[in-house]
Amino acid sequence: MKSATFFSSLSSLFFANKHSSHTGRFKFEISSDAKSPKKGFGRLREWFDRSIYRFDRDAFVLLQIQAVFLVSRQGKVRLQKWYTAYPGKDRPKAIREITSIILSRGSRLCNFIEWKDLKVIYKRYASLYFCMCVDADDNELDCLEVIHLFVEVLDRYFGNVCELDLVFNFHKAYYILDEVLLSGELQESSKKSVARVISAQDTMVEKAKETGISHMMSSSSK
Amino acid sequence: MALSGMRGLSVFISDVRNCQNKELERARVDKELANIRTKFKNDKGLTPYEKKKYVWKMLYIFMLGYDVDFGHMEAVSLISAPKYAEKQVGYIVTSSLLNENHDFLRLVINTVRNDIIGRNETFQCLALTMVGNIGGKEFSESLAPDVQKLLISNSCRPLVRKKAALCLLRLYRKNPDVVSVDGWADRMSQLLDEREIGVLTAVMSLLVALVANNPDAYWNCVSKCVRVLERLTRSQDIPQEYTYYGIPSPWLQVKTMRVLQYFPAIDDPNIRRSLFEVLQRVLMGTDAVKNINKNNATHAVLFEALALVMHLDAEKDMMAQCVGLLGKFIAVREPNIRYLGLENMTRMLMVSDVQESIKRHQVQIITSLRDPDISIRRRSLDLLYGMCDVTNAKDIVEELLQYLTTADFAIREELALKAAILAEKFAPDLSWYVDVILQLIEKAGDFVSDDIWYRVVQFVTNNDDLQPYAAAKARDFLDKPAVHETMVKVAGYLLGEYSHLLSRRPGCSPKEVFSIIHDKFATVSTPTKAILLSAYIKILLHSQTVDPELQNHVLAVFRKNETYLDAEVQQRASEYYALSRKGPSMVDVMAEMPKFPERQSALLKKAEDTEVDVADTSATKLRLMQLTSTAVVVADQKPANGVHPALTRVPSGQRNIEAPTVPVANGGQSPAPVDFLAIEAAPTHSAPESSPLVGPGDSLALALMDNQASTVQIGLKAEWRGNQGRIVLFLGNKHTAPLLSVKAVILPPRHMQLLTSNVPDTIPPRAQVQCPVEVTNLSPSREIPVLDFCYNNSSAMVSFKLRLPVIMSKFLQGATLAPADYIARWKALMGPPNKLLQEVVRGVKPLPLQEMSDLLGSLHVAIAPGYDPNVNNIVGAATYFSENPTLCLVRIETDPADRTQIRLTVGTPDTSVALELKEYIKERLVDIPSGAAPTSLPGMPSPADDLVGPAASLAGLI
Repeated sequence: MKSATFFSSLSSLFFANKHSSHTGRFKFEISSDAKSPKKGFGRLREWFDRSIYRFDRDAFVLLQIQAVFLVSRQGKVRLQKWYTAYPGKDRPKAIREITSIILSRGSRLCNFIEWKDLKVIYKRYASLYFCMCVDADDNELDCLEVIHLFVEVLDRYFGNVCELDLVFNFHKAYYILDEVLLSGELQESSKKSVARVISAQDTMVEKAKETGISHMMSSSSK
Repeated sequence: MALSGMRGLSVFISDVRNCQNKELERARVDKELANIRTKFKNDKGLTPYEKKKYVWKMLYIFMLGYDVDFGHMEAVSLISAPKYAEKQVGYIVTSSLLNENHDFLRLVINTVRNDIIGRNETFQCLALTMVGNIGGKEFSESLAPDVQKLLISNSCRPLVRKKAALCLLRLYRKNPDVVSVDGWADRMSQLLDEREIGVLTAVMSLLVALVANNPDAYWNCVSKCVRVLERLTRSQDIPQEYTYYGIPSPWLQVKTMRVLQYFPAIDDPNIRRSLFEVLQRVLMGTDAVKNINKNNATHAVLFEALALVMHLDAEKDMMAQCVGLLGKFIAVREPNIRYLGLENMTRMLMVSDVQESIKRHQVQIITSLRDPDISIRRRSLDLLYGMCDVTNAKDIVEELLQYLTTADFAIREELALKAAILAEKFAPDLSWYVDVILQLIEKAGDFVSDDIWYRVVQFVTNNDDLQPYAAAKARDFLDKPAVHETMVKVAGYLLGEYSHLLSRRPGCSPKEVFSIIHDKFATVSTPTKAILLSAYIKILLHSQTVDPELQNHVLAVFRKNETYLDAEVQQRASEYYALSRKGPSMVDVMAEMPKFPERQSALLKKAEDTEVDVADTSATKLRLMQLTSTAVVVADQKPANGVHPALTRVPSGQRNIEAPTVPVANGGQSPAPVDFLAIEAAPTHSAPESSPLVGPGDSLALALMDNQASTVQIGLKAEWRGNQGRIVLFLGNKHTAPLLSVKAVILPPRHMQLLTSNVPDTIPPRAQVQCPVEVTNLSPSREIPVLDFCYNNSSAMVSFKLRLPVIMSKFLQGATLAPADYIARWKALMGPPNKLLQEVVRGVKPLPLQEMSDLLGSLHVAIAPGYDPNVNNIVGAATYFSENPTLCLVRIETDPADRTQIRLTVGTPDTSVALELKEYIKERLVDIPSGAAPTSLPGMPSPADDLVGPAASLAGLI
């Protein structure tokens, strides 16, 4: 939270040990403008660390889904997709942090948490948590229903979807997600339309496989 | 359901699933990675099927959170495959595995472009999806026109067009120049006539970005947006598949209202009227329903409508209606709605005139402070903080204090801080303020920073009426069990100063006060002990009649602490001991503290600073903040190794600033005023009076440039080895608006090769970018590279030049030679041909011999004391690194009779090095920088030396 760095610069109270000749008094001084102990590079570094999450933030367009991920109750990641250039090596850490907050929350609480300067919208479906990192100013319920829409599309495709479907068909989940979201925005809100596109894709892959197999067979028989 | 035929992948997934613990999983994954690596290494035999399988495995491993640092090329190469099945895998894995800045992406730009402009619709979709998800700047530049064509094409199917719209959005975010304002305003307006809801939703997302960036250009879209809203809210012409639980696309409704919030104001009365009709319908027609999804969707629209009403500054009635709705929301059972009710009320505070109506809900808001959900508690705290003013401060702050005892750890610090700020800002009277802060310390001492109690002390010191009250309170708090250390500090201070005002009260005699404070002495930390010692002597000397028993006690304490481990405590103890023995004559010395000059509360100042942060992210009201920044050049202060701090102001609005002159902290002893941006560490081994300009490898400097509203901070770090160096420039934007069109160009002098990495075009608000620069020194020269930095701070172009501290001594390294060797080399240089350059330098800043030798040492010349029999001479040697290292010998002959003149001799096998080095050293020795250096007379006869002749003959060279 912001307040953590709020007071990093501590003023220091010091008692001057010298006689101050003109007043003849011991001078107690409270200095509220004393310099921060972290000067120069340290402060720059701290500032940099704080601003890292803003790095990819488009300065003028604040609304965007930054990342989507699915985690199981055991904290296993089942799908993750990032729409910003959040550094690859920091991603697992971010997911771990967010997951640990979400997993510890009770079931009757709201579906929003605040993390760094983002909001995380999440919803639990059976053993899976669907999470979405969005900008703090985005419309929370809107995003929550995007999650539900995605779940309904998955449900329609797999027929009563369960975690195992997504484990063994994670690639399908990626395909479907790509038809629901694009550039961190909702791409298609019609379940029917998404289903049509996905089944068309499946047909094409099947076709390609058949021709591939027949091709292989013909080449091996030569 | 099996994974469409990829047995190997399914087996791998089950294996991973069956791993009992993290270690086994790791082992299994590592094994698989090794397997994939070998397969890829001899990949001649890989069939497309196998390639696909391994690439999927990589993605799966990556998804689990493991690092996959190879095989990217294989994934990327699938994009170029001719068949759909492979291409699809290539695109999807690439867009998940790689970051937008990955080099490999450049390799496929052409393939991607061919897919986009090709006729195969499925390929178009794949390519657009990938670019929309990870396309970076380069994609932006090369693909934007093609993507635009697809979006406005009549022949493309909706599927392609909506992807094109979102893809263009991504490209626009990466580079706003790709959408030219002139042509696109009309096109966007036409696109809003789209009937197909899927395409319209995508277009609306694009419009949000366009309008947010440049609302003026898209005025013509306002009426269209209102029409879209009308169409949706009246459910006209909305296909069944685009209703969500009976609601016509809630997402499109929300998006459209979002667009309208980015227009500063909507003045056209007709448009305004139709818009308000729509909004009224939304506000009135939303009731809570059983179905949770339907409820969420309607409320998503409702909250967006509320935001839009706020933005439009509607009539009072409508505003009151909104507050009424929110008041209802914060009391409902559904936690999401409670959360959003509180959040939106906080946003509403920015609208004038509604504060009073929000205050009516204060009781309910305070109840939310005890909500089981921390997210809601946070919102409630924020809202209470925002709505607090003089009238309700007492209630709110007291609630916060009460809550503090039960509040969870995560929120306590924020809570304590907010309570302290509110108490200070809105205190109805000062005694209340003192009460609040003391309670705060009692309840959450760990979270009360020093700033808070300093402020109490300032108030008490400056208000005579308050002093007895504060002292009495402090005394009471010390009586409680388990007193927090901060309380001991503040109570010790207050009682030391003012306990004599209480002396008539029961239990407040100096002796009693002393003993109650001294009870804590053993357990507190050293800084607190120091404060307490001061309190003791004040108590002792303030008491009107000296109580011998008290005096003995206090003196004993001082005696005892004269040998305390900490120097500060020790010093105080012994000085106070000596003073107190002098008796009543010292009363004056220990009088009460004088009043503090009025100053802004550090606390409030910080609060304001963070409010800037908050405003920065608020889209409902983009408040323009004027940052009052001070421009300083700050150097890291590490007194231990002699770094000099320096502060310089750069005048506002000045263009083309040559880096300002930096006053050197160590007074007049520095040989030359420094005109570099950078101040560097002087070498640890040299005396502090050596020039701060020259130093060891690591250097560090920061500059803040103040241009009225914006602040740029430039820092520098450098490392040097041989003739090479690496500089990292830190370019920081301290302002709350982005810096656009940033250009940082380094103009290298001819003798240096500088490799600069690209500086991003935009520096986001409060962000910093690093720009590494590789330096190679090719030939000797004193010239200095100049950084030409310019940016657009949204009002004007700003540019300035800074000289970088890449100076000659960076490439020097001290060389130690044996005396015999030294003399032999010197003789060899004497020639023929003579390689010694000599010059008599006048107007030298008079320096003691030792300092001059230190100065030379700080230029990285190793001094060889005693090599020269004449004690007035200094000799040394160094290696100069350019393309080839060159050994340089240096001698300075001083004249004890006239300290302002010396004779400088530099000898190297390469005369160009000697020439530059001589001039360089000369500049350091003369107290005026190079340009105005007094002309020296080469070859001037000087006393007692046999090198006059050769030197004179070389004079022509100079």
